[in-house]
Amino acid sequence: MDFLLGGFVTAIQLLLTGDSETYSAVFATVRVSGYSMAASLALGVPGGFFLGHFDFRGKRQVRLVVDTLLALPTVLIGLLVYAFLSQRGPLGEWGLLFTLPGIAIGQTFLALPVVVALTATAVEAMDRHLRTTLITLGVSRTQLLLSILWEGRLGILAAAATAYGRVTTEVGVSMMVGGNIKWLTRTMTTAIALETNKGQFAMGVALGLVLMAIAFVVNFSVFFLRRR
Amino acid sequence: MKRFVIFLLAALLIGGSGAWAEEKILMMATTTSTDDTGLLDYLAPEFQKDTGIVLRWVATGTGKALKLGENCDADVLLVHAPDAEEKFVAAGFGINRREIMYNDFVIIGPADDPAGIRGQGVGVALAAIKSKTAVFVSRGDKSGTHQKELELWQAAGLPIPDKEAWYVQTGQGMLATINLAAERNGYTMTDRGSYIKYEANLNGNPPLKILVEMDAVLLNQYSVIAVNPARCPKAQLELATAFSDWMAGERGQGLIGGFKLLEKQLFTPNAQ
Repeated sequence: MDFLLGGFVTAIQLLLTGDSETYSAVFATVRVSGYSMAASLALGVPGGFFLGHFDFRGKRQVRLVVDTLLALPTVLIGLLVYAFLSQRGPLGEWGLLFTLPGIAIGQTFLALPVVVALTATAVEAMDRHLRTTLITLGVSRTQLLLSILWEGRLGILAAAATAYGRVTTEVGVSMMVGGNIKWLTRTMTTAIALETNKGQFAMGVALGLVLMAIAFVVNFSVFFLRRR
Repeated sequence: MKRFVIFLLAALLIGGSGAWAEEKILMMATTTSTDDTGLLDYLAPEFQKDTGIVLRWVATGTGKALKLGENCDADVLLVHAPDAEEKFVAAGFGINRREIMYNDFVIIGPADDPAGIRGQGVGVALAAIKSKTAVFVSRGDKSGTHQKELELWQAAGLPIPDKEAWYVQTGQGMLATINLAAERNGYTMTDRGSYIKYEANLNGNPPLKILVEMDAVLLNQYSVIAVNPARCPKAQLELATAFSDWMAGERGQGLIGGFKLLEKQLFTPNAQ
C-alpha cells in the first residue's frame, strides 16, 4: 500500500525537478498522440459527417462495422501494424517500425472509429430540423454543409476528447510497434508498464499521475474552447 | 472553429518539432534481464563513447527477441537460450554467435520453505515441489528463463506441468513473475541478476529467498548473434560486429565484470 503515497510524492518530484527520462516519455506521448489525433480527425470528421448526414444504401451496415471497430483491441492493432511495418512485411521499406510515426499509424486505427462514430451521432442528432430550416432559408449546398459542421462542433470536440483519451492511455500499440525504446519510443504508458514489470510500483504510480496531469491539461483546454 | 484549428495547428507544431540527426544506430533485440537490471543503461553510453555507435534496444523475452531477428527488425541480438539460438543460427537467421557472459539461475521461495527444498539439487527440489503441490510460478512466455525451466523439469524426469492448480504461468517479465510468486507465497526460478535487482527494490530484505543454487545445470549463458544480412539486406552487419567485438573485447568484458548492484556482481564475463 505504501507505494501509493510514495508514488504521489515521486510524481511531484519528477515534475518539479524536470527529470529527463520522465519528460522524454511525456514528449513522446504528446508527439505521438498529436500525430494520431491529427490523422484521425482529418480522416474521421469528414467520414463521420458523411455517415451521419447522407442517406445511402448500406448505411446501417457501415454503421454496424464502425461500431464494431470501436471494440478493436489495442494489442491486435499493434500486431497487425507490426506485421505491415516489419522488415519482412509489405511496408518494411518505409522504416517506420520502432518509431513514433509507426505508433501513430496504429493509434490512428484506434482513434478513427471513435471519431467517425461520435461525429456521425452528433451530426445525426441535430441534422433534421436544422437541415429543413436552412433549406427553407435558401442557403447554398456548401453553406448548408458548413453550417451543419459548425453546429456540430461541440459534438466533434467531444469525439476528439474521447479519442484522445483512448490514444494516450493505450499500451498495446505503443509496446508492439514502438518497442519501448528509451529516449525514443518510450511513452508514458509503456514506461508505466516497464516500471511495474520491474517491480518499481511507486515509479509506476508516479508516471500514471503525470499522465493524468497531461490529460487534465488537454481536457481543460477543450473545456476552455467550449466556453468561448 | 478558428480557435479549434489554431489549437490543432499548435498541437501539430509541438508534435512535429524534433527530427533527429542521422547517426549510426544499432538496433538490438534483447531479454528483459539485461534491461531490468540496468546493465544496458550502464554499457550503452560507454559503447557509444568508444565507437560512436548509438545502441538502441527492445527488451522482451528471448522468444520474441529471436522472432524480431527472424523478421529482420533488429541488427543484433543479446539473448540467453543456447538451444533456441543454435536452431536460429542453423536456420540461417543469424550468424557469428558469440558467448559473452553468464550468470546463473536460482530457485527462490518463501523463507519457511514449505516443500523443504533448501540446499537440494534441482531435480530433487522440483520433485519435492510437485509432490507437495507447493505453488510454483513459471514465466510461461517462451523466454530464455522459461525454456530453461522446461528443460529442468525434463532433466528431472518429470512431466512438464501445465494445467496443475499449483503451477502458475504468468506470461510476464522476470520481476513481475517474482512479485507474483511473492504474493502467492510460492517458488519460482529466476536468473540471479533479476533476483539481486528484486532484493535491491525491497531494500535487501525480500520475502523470497534463494533456496537452490550452484547446481551445474543452472548456468545461464548469454550470447550475441548478428542478424544474417544475406537474408535481411538492411541488417547492419558492420555495426553488429563492432558491438560483438566490443562486448567480447577487454573493454566490454571488464565493464560487465564491474557491474554491481548491492555490491554483488550480476554477470560473469566469459568471452573466448
